[in-house]
Amino acid sequence: MKPISGMGQYVPTDSPLHHLDAAAKIGLAAALTTALFMASGFAGLGVLAAAVAWAVASSRVPLRAVARGLGAVSFVVVFTLLANSLRWEPAVALLRIGPLAVDAAGLRTGAFFAVRILVLVVGTTLLTLTTSPVRLSGGLERVMRPLSWLRVPVGDLAMTLTIALRFIPTTAEEAERIVMAQQARGAVFDKGGPIRRARAYAPVLVPLFFQLFRRADALATAMEARCYRGTEGRTRMREERMRGVDWLVMLGLGAALVAVGWFL
Amino acid sequence: MLEFAEVSFAYPTATAPALDGVSFSLEPGQLLVVVGANGSGKSTLARLCDGLLTPGGGRVLVDGLDTADVSLVWDIRVKVGMVFQDPDDQIVGTTVDDDCAFGPENLGLPPEEIVARVAEALTSVGMDGLERREPHLLSEGQKQRLAIAGALAMGPRYLVFDEPSAMLDPAGRRSAIAIIERLAHEQGHGVLLVSHDAADVARADRALALSGGCVVFEGAPEDLLADAALLRACGLATGSMGVLGERLRALGLAVPVGALEAESVVDALWP
Repeated sequence: MKPISGMGQYVPTDSPLHHLDAAAKIGLAAALTTALFMASGFAGLGVLAAAVAWAVASSRVPLRAVARGLGAVSFVVVFTLLANSLRWEPAVALLRIGPLAVDAAGLRTGAFFAVRILVLVVGTTLLTLTTSPVRLSGGLERVMRPLSWLRVPVGDLAMTLTIALRFIPTTAEEAERIVMAQQARGAVFDKGGPIRRARAYAPVLVPLFFQLFRRADALATAMEARCYRGTEGRTRMREERMRGVDWLVMLGLGAALVAVGWFL
Repeated sequence: MLEFAEVSFAYPTATAPALDGVSFSLEPGQLLVVVGANGSGKSTLARLCDGLLTPGGGRVLVDGLDTADVSLVWDIRVKVGMVFQDPDDQIVGTTVDDDCAFGPENLGLPPEEIVARVAEALTSVGMDGLERREPHLLSEGQKQRLAIAGALAMGPRYLVFDEPSAMLDPAGRRSAIAIIERLAHEQGHGVLLVSHDAADVARADRALALSGGCVVFEGAPEDLLADAALLRACGLATGSMGVLGERLRALGLAVPVGALEAESVVDALWP
């Protein structure tokens, strides 16, 4: 059993996109998202898709890794396509299956939304594919820093995120161990319908959560012993900053993306 | 000096105290091993050293600083480094060097100083070259060495180990105890080692045995190892080499009670 699909996991190839500051990449992802939701026609969508394709090519991340991210959302894409293109007994239709039919206008709307989701997922997956978890949480912290004026505990949120990232593999290992322990005692996880399968996981989730709470408590003690007292007065070993080139790329490409969304 | 003076402690929900009138002291450069059966109060004693717990009665002093004084607790935690049993419960960072930097970052040190401390700490536990490795890709032994480096990077004078080798295989255990011994005898840290392993006792300068929260033995490790009844009471097994040593002594051969590993028995027989 593989508990995590590996969707969007960091691929340490070397490319200009890898060297771009994490905060700049987060900015670009936000610009792409904005542009995708502003774009009103296939022309805009096409330009944005081409931009993302160019970014994928220049990142030198294997296409397999990008496709893994798509696999996870394929259900949503297919559902969107079907939900928008299927009509109940329309006058004209391209294809009829009993009373259900696909017409040209519906197909166009469905395809528009489906492509929008695909481009969005590929674009944002590229962010995590080309940014190490440490840099990503550091970047997020810097992006969110203005929120600290509103008394949002930005530093604590970033620490929480770092710890979550650190414990994903550990928790996955633990889940795997519990699954094997339950299988050894006769539990069956791969038979029956979806409901039965989901119910089979209850004896895994209960001990897993128990373990996680125990670990959280022990970790808190260990952090206190190492003088963690919130982020006040805390320094960082690697303080990353936006360089001129990061600003230039973020503002230049970001503005271009938003302009595409606005005009096309 | 790290000093316990008539220290008592009881958990809020417990009927009996976890520790009752415990006194001892630990000097820098000294390796003190604390043994005892499960529930004898060993872990409680370890957590009292740096103010994670504060005594209900008596005092714990770290270089004269009282752990009961709330305003001193962070100064005390800089002086006393803690390493716990399960390394996965104490590694915070997503990479080796980031985790090692966690303590110094909390102290608000300048970045250059943090980099220097991290490099020094990782070198002293033999983890050079693994700086960018993610913790889940390390062996259990390496994880525990990282936990030790994380404590060392704080620049502590005293180190408290709460059964650091309980989760390790024999090879990992040997390397961990070798590092712990070096930290005390070569680098001059005062080390308190809570242990379940008779082999650790043999390497210590002094031994303390707890039973039911009270000190039942304090003195030379050899004297503890020679007392079979006390060892059993503390849940310590001397292993096959201990049994072999005992039989050889019965035959009149000069094998010391502290020889609990194959190498040390061989050394004793053929010096």
